[in-house]
Amino acid sequence: MGLLGLAAGFCAVAAMAAAFLARRARVVVSSSLGALGCLLAGASALVTLITGTTSTFYTSHLLPGAGLSLTLDPLGAIFILATSLVGVAACVYCVSYAHGPMASRAAMTLFMVFVLTLLVVPAASNVVSFMFVWELMALSSLLLILTDQSRNDDSRSAALWYGVMTQLGAASILLGLLLASRGSASTFSAISAHAAQLSPNVRSFAFVLVLLGFSSKAGAVPLHVWLPKAHPAAPSPVSALMSGSMVAMGVYGIIRVGQGLLHGGTVWWWVAVVTLGVVSAFYGALHSTTSTDLKRLLAYSTIDIQGLVLIGVGAAGVLGDSGQPFIAHLAMMAALMLVVAHAGFKGALFLSAGAVERATGTRDLDRLGGLIHTMPVTAFVVAISACSIMAVPTLSGFSSEWLLLQGLLHGFNDSSTPAMIVMLLGVISLALTGGLTAVAFVKAFGIGFLGQPRSTGAAQAIEVPPTMKIAMLWLVLPSVVLGLVPGEFVGLVNRAASSALGKTSLEPLDHGTGLVLAQLRGAVQPAELFMGVVGVLLLVSAANRLLEQRRARRVDAWGGGRDVQTARMQYTATSFAEPLQRVFADVLRPDTDVEVTHIAESRYYEQSLMYDNRVNDVLEQRGYRPVINLVLRAGRLAQRLQNGSIHRYLAFGFVALLVILVVLA
Amino acid sequence: MIFARRSRVPSPFRLLFSRAVTEPREERPPQVAGVHLHGSLQLRHVDVGSCNGCEVEIASALAPHYDAGQYGIGLVASPRHADGLLVTGVITHNMDGPLRQTLAALAQPTVIVACGDCAVDGGIFRAAPGVSGILQDVVIPDVVIRGCPPHPDDIVRALRRVSGR
Amino acid sequence: MTSPLYSVIVTLVQVVLAATGGPLLIGLMAKVKARAEGRVGAPIVQPLRDLRKLMRKERLHARHSSVMLPLAPMVIFAATTVAVGISPLVSTRPLLGSSADIFVIVYLLLTGSVAAALGGLDAGTAFGGMGSSRAMTIGALAEPALLVAVIALSIQSSSSNLTTIVSATLAHPDWVFGPSRLLALGALGIVVIAETGRIPVDNPATHLELTMVHEAMILEYAGPELALYHLGEAMRVSLLFSLVATLFFPWGVATGHSVLALVVGVGALVVKTALVALAVALIEVRSAKLRLFRLPELLAGGFVLSVLAVVTGLVTR
Repeated sequence: MGLLGLAAGFCAVAAMAAAFLARRARVVVSSSLGALGCLLAGASALVTLITGTTSTFYTSHLLPGAGLSLTLDPLGAIFILATSLVGVAACVYCVSYAHGPMASRAAMTLFMVFVLTLLVVPAASNVVSFMFVWELMALSSLLLILTDQSRNDDSRSAALWYGVMTQLGAASILLGLLLASRGSASTFSAISAHAAQLSPNVRSFAFVLVLLGFSSKAGAVPLHVWLPKAHPAAPSPVSALMSGSMVAMGVYGIIRVGQGLLHGGTVWWWVAVVTLGVVSAFYGALHSTTSTDLKRLLAYSTIDIQGLVLIGVGAAGVLGDSGQPFIAHLAMMAALMLVVAHAGFKGALFLSAGAVERATGTRDLDRLGGLIHTMPVTAFVVAISACSIMAVPTLSGFSSEWLLLQGLLHGFNDSSTPAMIVMLLGVISLALTGGLTAVAFVKAFGIGFLGQPRSTGAAQAIEVPPTMKIAMLWLVLPSVVLGLVPGEFVGLVNRAASSALGKTSLEPLDHGTGLVLAQLRGAVQPAELFMGVVGVLLLVSAANRLLEQRRARRVDAWGGGRDVQTARMQYTATSFAEPLQRVFADVLRPDTDVEVTHIAESRYYEQSLMYDNRVNDVLEQRGYRPVINLVLRAGRLAQRLQNGSIHRYLAFGFVALLVILVVLA
Repeated sequence: MIFARRSRVPSPFRLLFSRAVTEPREERPPQVAGVHLHGSLQLRHVDVGSCNGCEVEIASALAPHYDAGQYGIGLVASPRHADGLLVTGVITHNMDGPLRQTLAALAQPTVIVACGDCAVDGGIFRAAPGVSGILQDVVIPDVVIRGCPPHPDDIVRALRRVSGR
Repeated sequence: MTSPLYSVIVTLVQVVLAATGGPLLIGLMAKVKARAEGRVGAPIVQPLRDLRKLMRKERLHARHSSVMLPLAPMVIFAATTVAVGISPLVSTRPLLGSSADIFVIVYLLLTGSVAAALGGLDAGTAFGGMGSSRAMTIGALAEPALLVAVIALSIQSSSSNLTTIVSATLAHPDWVFGPSRLLALGALGIVVIAETGRIPVDNPATHLELTMVHEAMILEYAGPELALYHLGEAMRVSLLFSLVATLFFPWGVATGHSVLALVVGVGALVVKTALVALAVALIEVRSAKLRLFRLPELLAGGFVLSVLAVVTGLVTR
């Protein structure tokens, strides 16, 4: 706890430095202090995970009412670890990235406050401190989205959607927590002790309220609509933190309240969580496949991966209730490992997307290309992170998905119907999203980095400064290390899962460098696989040398005998995903617009043809916009009540007073 | 055939619509003749301006009765995958550039096979309008198969000499 | 014979068998198709001759390509070789047999597909992009059927480890013709045809670029790189056919440490894989290539079969 306090202190000092220093020193000093703070927080999280102890801190001075109460236990520690990984990279990245509006006092201060709140949320342990830090996190990220409004009013619209949805979510969470803390003190430990005395209906209602709020933050469909707007609009280090760690806070909340405070509850809670996860995973993967904006693609991919995490959390809940604690433990471990892995690769991808945008001036994949020649380090980072998401063996995404698959597979041993349905849905969802994720990231890397540049911006790109490179390479480390030697971290994740589920004596995985399931006869040794693959690659290279071939001759690409292939002839991101868009047209509902102008003389000859095809978020178009229009219409109706006459307003006040008196009587 | 008449003085029609091959012949590194292919010959067929008679015979050569495939001979889609070109027809205007591009896309060592009288010396279309030359003006073929059109037996025999089976 | 040495020999035998047998399988399928068409057809060893010839040609790299172009065939070859090496095809004791998880094999195959698609996009040509797009689409639609069918097998044996599945099937011969297994076999049959790019999913012998899927990705490769690519693809075909043969009909797989059992295992594998190749070739002869947008229906049918396999397996447990 001391280390975490020190870390928080460093971040607070960083925020003050950002507020008071002059521009030149502001960015460097506050970013360095922020990075140091994140490192310390990561260290404290590691210490907690290694020793498995819980430490507390309380002061009544910083917050009114119940005061600031912090408890650092292994479950919170693993989320703090994920945050610190991305936080260090985002702060170091900021050193070169921040200039213009991002380097202003407001932006840098808010950024440091955002980092601070992300580090403290998993440790908050009473309702007041949790809501305070939660709201501070939401507000600081909201204001950060508005940092760069130079492009168009994407940022304003994104901030509006984000603000409304996050506030509604926070209200829902607050209601749920208040309901759960009825009749007891508002600290989490008191709520947990008292939970058995609440009636099951109250507990379920509280869970549903809390689930609405936290799943919206985690990007669960259908409450995800803010995510694809907010993450692209924010500056890249902020997007990296939002995507890598803020959405994980939603998952943290569900685990903390559902398992920790309300002790698991009934099976259907977790069936609901799994359903949210299944729908999110499929929807997110499908939309990431058809997005041509690089950051929007990454945002939908976040929805996809968080869906998988929710499947793991839900499966753990269902199996725990049905009496298979061993496998529940395994599923929870898989979900937590996926959270950390996601922080690593998604953070790296967002920072790289920022680098690409900085270097080329655009995020549109249809205008990128050929960046592997001019931005090799960025290309390397994107390649490794994309392979990790696609679950290429020996990288972190594969280790986590393997654990999740094993959890679901062995969950079939449980013969209760909800468990079977949940496992079947989970398996189908994993299967569907695996292939779609591969398409999305082959598109992102292949169209964005390979081939010929499709615009002058892409042709004139230059590699980003060293601090940005270091930040991106730092985030490649978790993908590689968690992938090659996951066994070393099994103990840490195990303690976090035990803390989450409240059982401390289960060890589903044996010790070692690989992942070995105890008693269940399943194992994977990524390090050995990696050595095998590298060995074969070396053999092939040696064989190449031995054959004494001349060096490869550079020739123009074969274009079927036509003139030289130009950049315009290449496949674009839109065309790459078009077959899948056609296959899933019923789910995606693309908007297609064809405008034909005929020549004046005859309707049979066309002068010009315009074809517009875009894939909008169908839930936003068909679900949210009608509701918004309804609310706006109701508001306009209500406006008629306000005609400016003070007599009418006095009459309203009088009638309201009368009604209250009648009711109270 | 009225279009095959030779004349001393080029008619205005020919001056306007023909373009003689003016770029130099492609230089190719010295080739090791045929037999190094050891029973595997993949060719990229290029029709630079034929009447399709040779194509019909080539198709017959690869079809069930003559079956060149049993000797390891086949056609491929990309010149990069090919051991050489199988050229038919006279070089017309529009196909001069594509032929050179195809030659540039080949992976050495290669063989060039001229199939049919048109590819060898122009045949009956030598003086036709729209013709800008014959294969020899662009690249010297290694293997020549005469005939208008050549018999599938001749085609198979010539290609077997290259493939070595 | 000591155990580690035996495992090394088993792995080497499997890799060599796949490397030589893969092209032979392709030659066998071509021969069957030729005979069905009334031709004599190229000899079965023709693909090996083609590979030998390709090794002597020069390498060509497109002007706008990067390190991805030569890297892609190497990654495909390496991933497929490792997958072949650790699978229990000839014996239940290959090297790294404890890592021989079926999901590892599935994701190694996915790695190969991804590498091929990136190689196709690298040269910056229209056809390369088209091939990559189509190949990834087909892969994305075949992946669900593959994973769920594999899970159906794993549920029955209570483990996703390949060695365990093979041993369990050997111990329970009555499983082989059970409804769950047969449905999974149907699903995997469709997936194997999609992943190996045979008719009715893709025509490997087409010359029309607009009908190509896998061939379009390699239009820019020449010489030794093309040879390595073809070898990797042949090993992939060999791996998929052998896995189907071994997982569903594991008789003949060596279970102990003896050399005789190993020889029997090799023979059994060759025969079983050749039979699978024969079956696929006959399907190819009898079908025409489907339109690209009819493929989702076929692959969705495979997916439905695999889900039914899982459900049947759960119900009949």
